Formats: sequence, C-alpha cells, structure tokens
Amino acid sequence: MVKLSGQSPNLMPSVSLKNISKNYGEVKAVDDVSFDVEKGELFGLIGPDGAGKTSIFRILTTLLLADAGSATVEGCDVIKDYRQIRNQVGYMPGRFSLYQDLTVEENLNFFATIFGTTIQENYELIKDIYEQIKPFSNRRAGKLSGGMKQKLALCCALIHKPTVLFLDEPTTGVDVVSRKEFWEMLNQLKKQKISIVVSTPYMDEAKLCDRIALMQGGKIMSVDKPENIVQNFPKTLFAAKAENIYQLLQELRSDAAVESCYAFGEYLHLTMTDDTDNLQKVTDLAANYQHKALEVKKITATIEDSFIRLMREQNLKEGQNGK
Amino acid sequence: MENKAITCKELTKQFGDFKAVDRISFEVNQGEIFGFLGANGAGKTTAMRILCGLSYPTSGEATVAGFDVYKQQEQIKRNIGYMSQKFSLYDNLTILENIEFYGGVYGVSRPEIKTRSQELVSTLGLEKEAKKLVGELPLGWKQKLAFSVAIFHRPKIVFLDEPTGGVDPLTRRQFWDMIYQAAADGITVFVTTHYMDEAEYCNRITVMVDGRVEALDTPAKLKERFNTHSMDDVFYQLARGAKRSGD
Repeated sequence: MVKLSGQSPNLMPSVSLKNISKNYGEVKAVDDVSFDVEKGELFGLIGPDGAGKTSIFRILTTLLLADAGSATVEGCDVIKDYRQIRNQVGYMPGRFSLYQDLTVEENLNFFATIFGTTIQENYELIKDIYEQIKPFSNRRAGKLSGGMKQKLALCCALIHKPTVLFLDEPTTGVDVVSRKEFWEMLNQLKKQKISIVVSTPYMDEAKLCDRIALMQGGKIMSVDKPENIVQNFPKTLFAAKAENIYQLLQELRSDAAVESCYAFGEYLHLTMTDDTDNLQKVTDLAANYQHKALEVKKITATIEDSFIRLMREQNLKEGQNGK
Repeated sequence: MENKAITCKELTKQFGDFKAVDRISFEVNQGEIFGFLGANGAGKTTAMRILCGLSYPTSGEATVAGFDVYKQQEQIKRNIGYMSQKFSLYDNLTILENIEFYGGVYGVSRPEIKTRSQELVSTLGLEKEAKKLVGELPLGWKQKLAFSVAIFHRPKIVFLDEPTGGVDPLTRRQFWDMIYQAAADGITVFVTTHYMDEAEYCNRITVMVDGRVEALDTPAKLKERFNTHSMDDVFYQLARGAKRSGD
C-alpha cells in the first residue's frame, strides 16, 4: 500500500523534511527547515508561538503546500502521495476540532467510520486512554472539561491505528497535573511503535522527548537529544539568589564581568564574560553588592537555558538587540 | 483594610448546585505581586471576574482598591487594569491608536495621553513601529505593549490572566522585568500563570483546588511545607487530588 520511494523500509525515516520553506506575505513562517524523525521516535518541536510549528504540521499532514523544499511521511511525498498520507497519519490540531454536538462515543465512531474501521478493531490501542472518559461516553464533546476533551481528541486521532501521530501543542494551557498525565500516555503509545511528532511551548517538556528541534522565528536553532543539547551549553553556568533578587539581577546585569544574567525560577542564572568556572570568584563578585542571604552555586544548564542562549545568538546575528 | 489592595472574606459564587468559588478568603497587599494559581476548572476565572467587577458573588465579602464588589463595580473597573493572553489589543488599530483608545476609555486627558504615549513608545523602543498596525507585531511585542496599555491609566491594581502564554523564554523574562517595575512603582499585580518558574517570581501565591484556596504563602515557605525544591511539585501535590477539571 505504501510506496517506499526506493529506500529500504528499515532505513527510511518516518518523517523527513528537506529545506522546507513557507512564507505568508513578508513573513517567513518556515525558513529552510530540514530534519528527520526515525521510526518509533518521540520527536519534539519546541518553540514559542510564531516559531513555525503549526505550519510544519500542516505541511506534513498535507493540509498546506510548502513554497520550497520537499517532505515525506512514511516514504510518501506530501504533494504526490497526499491520499496515502491522510489515511496513515493521526493529527491532533492545536484547536479542539471534534464535533461539539456529538457525544464522546459518536465522535469516536465517526472518525473510525470515515477511516473504514471500527472502534472494536483498534480498541487495544486506545483502551487505556478511552477508559478514563468512558463514564462520559454519552456526554456531548462540547460539554467536556479541557483534560477530557484532550483525551477524546487523542483517541479520535488514534482510532484508525496511524503509524505516525502529529500532536500540535496538546498541552498548551493545560495545568501541570493534566500535562503529566498526557506525557505518560505518549510514552505508552511509543511502546506501540508509533512515531510521534509533538510540539510544545513548555521547555520543561522537551526532556521527555527522544530528540527535539528548538525553533524560533521559522528557523531550527538546534536538533539533537535533549541531553546533548544541554551538554553542549558552551559556558559555565552559575545560579545566584539573595533576599532582594530583583535588585541583584539589575546589578549583575550591568556588571561588565557578567556576560548574561536572567531570572530563572527562584534563582538568577548567569554566565561570565571570561567564562571562569571558579565559584569563589563569582561569589566574591556577587558579594560586592552586599546582599542579605546571598547564595551562589555552579549548575548544569537546562533546555530553557540553551534555548535562551541560542535565541540571543540568533538575535545578534540578525542585528537585533540580544539583551 | 484601607491599606489592602484586595480583600476577600468567605467569597462564594454558586451556579445552581455548583460552587465555582467556595468561601475563599485572602488579602493582597499594596505593591505586592500576587500569583493566583490553580488547575483548570479550579475557579480562578470566576474569582477573577468578581474581583474585576464583572460578576456578582453569591455570598461573602470582597473589596478591590477599597471598593465593594457588590455596590461599586464601576469604581473598581476604573481603578484596575486588565490584560489577558486571549484578548488585549485591537489588531487593526495602530500602536498609537490602541494607546489613545484605552487612554480615552479610562478617562486620561488628551494632553496626558499625548505625552505619556510618546514616553511609552520610546521606553519600549517602538518609535519606528508606532504607526504600524498592532496585528503586524510579533506576539512578544504585542504582549509587552498590552501590559503597558493595561497600566497606562496608572491603576492601583493590574490583573494579568496568563499574560505570557506561548511567549518565548527571552520575552517572558522581559515581561517579568516590566511586572517588577510596575510593582516597584506601587501597582499591585494579580497574576495567573501555568509556568511554575513564574510562580517563583511572585511575592506570595495562592493555589486554588476545586473552588477553594488550598494554599497561600511565599514560594519559599510553600516549598518548605511540601518538602520539595520545586513549585511544580508543590502544585502537583495540591492539585493531584482535585475532583473537578475544566476550562
């Protein structure tokens, strides 16, 4: 059923983009983006609104034509073989897109039917998720809570047993508890060998993916395993806090010895201009400002630190204010 | 009482049998950055609507900027600023037109609007864009501008409803710089967020669960109480037991 475009099935990536670009008028929504997603991989597109995540999803699900470049999903070309792709992928758009006036069960039935299957046939795949909303199977989808809508949408995207699943910001605006549950579901699905491409603006979710692409302004800044991205942070990173943390932030930021300084939860994160790894030296520098309850320590970077760093570099390259 | 920006005592809002807000009590000090957290459906939006003078409580008491939420809704509206992620500015007006519009709605005089909008545009570094449509601005800039507009009439309190949703990490921090500046200028900030690192930037935070205020303290004390190093975990421990969930 699937055309393999001459590649052997084992080596063929599940999703492949080569130099994809998409403009809306003057805005470069997607700017020369290339990456591959391997079979069974959980791949994250990490970036804020306007990074180009949704356009990429729409190009890969054959709902939008790219201006340049090529892309394949399971070996099928997104333009020539769009019919095969549509039968084979599951897509959960960012906006809730089920029928609000149909019940939970009717929605699921509808999606199973248009893909020529039944709920029973693939029930194993959605069982764990569907059982959580089964008590409400006669409720209209529009009357469900946010967390339950999300679970139903995932079931509907899975009911035809797709080999690739595209999830566009499934956890945006969702609270911490539901977010955790959702990622647990994704890990269960991974065990079923489904390739998953998921986007999120939450940097802390990046570490739950096998590999991630950090995106900003239509461009990919880095593609790698989360642990590698963090390891490649080019400078020694320090954390500092004091009673009056906002004042400390302003003082350190205007100190010539400090390269960058920004708030990060209860601490400030800072790198030094000379990139010293000497904790005592940094502590002495901060102590100059005579703060109460000063604490300085050396830390390892997080994905968010890497993202901020890459964004600064990109801004500097484009001549914008990188501060 | 008169020194408090917000007071709530046993504030309740009931829809039929459903207690969206269930006897919540707290006080917010002037100039404080007060984080208002909770799971989806915990009752945050309902509570916020009452405090903004947009909805009447079923029972209990509350004052905002010294005004009563039952009898003085109009005074409340005049003395607060409001900004949310979902709606903030008019996309098809220019930056200057948006400022002028909001300034006018809040009764700022024409000469005042003129001087202050020049100031604002230059502080934000938007001189070149001042006559561009807001719809053409990147989201991060829009949100920073929206915040500035929300405090343009120098309100006593500003309500921010998930102001940084979907914004990049660099802009998110610039946004918080602006919040700190506003607080330093004496404006009380009442803010909701789903980013737990932002909870750390608040002086005190509440966590609502199922319509009730389940916790209220400084981030440091909450972490101590729940024996953890992350606000994420505090929130998780509190909200995990929630019976309801919704939008």
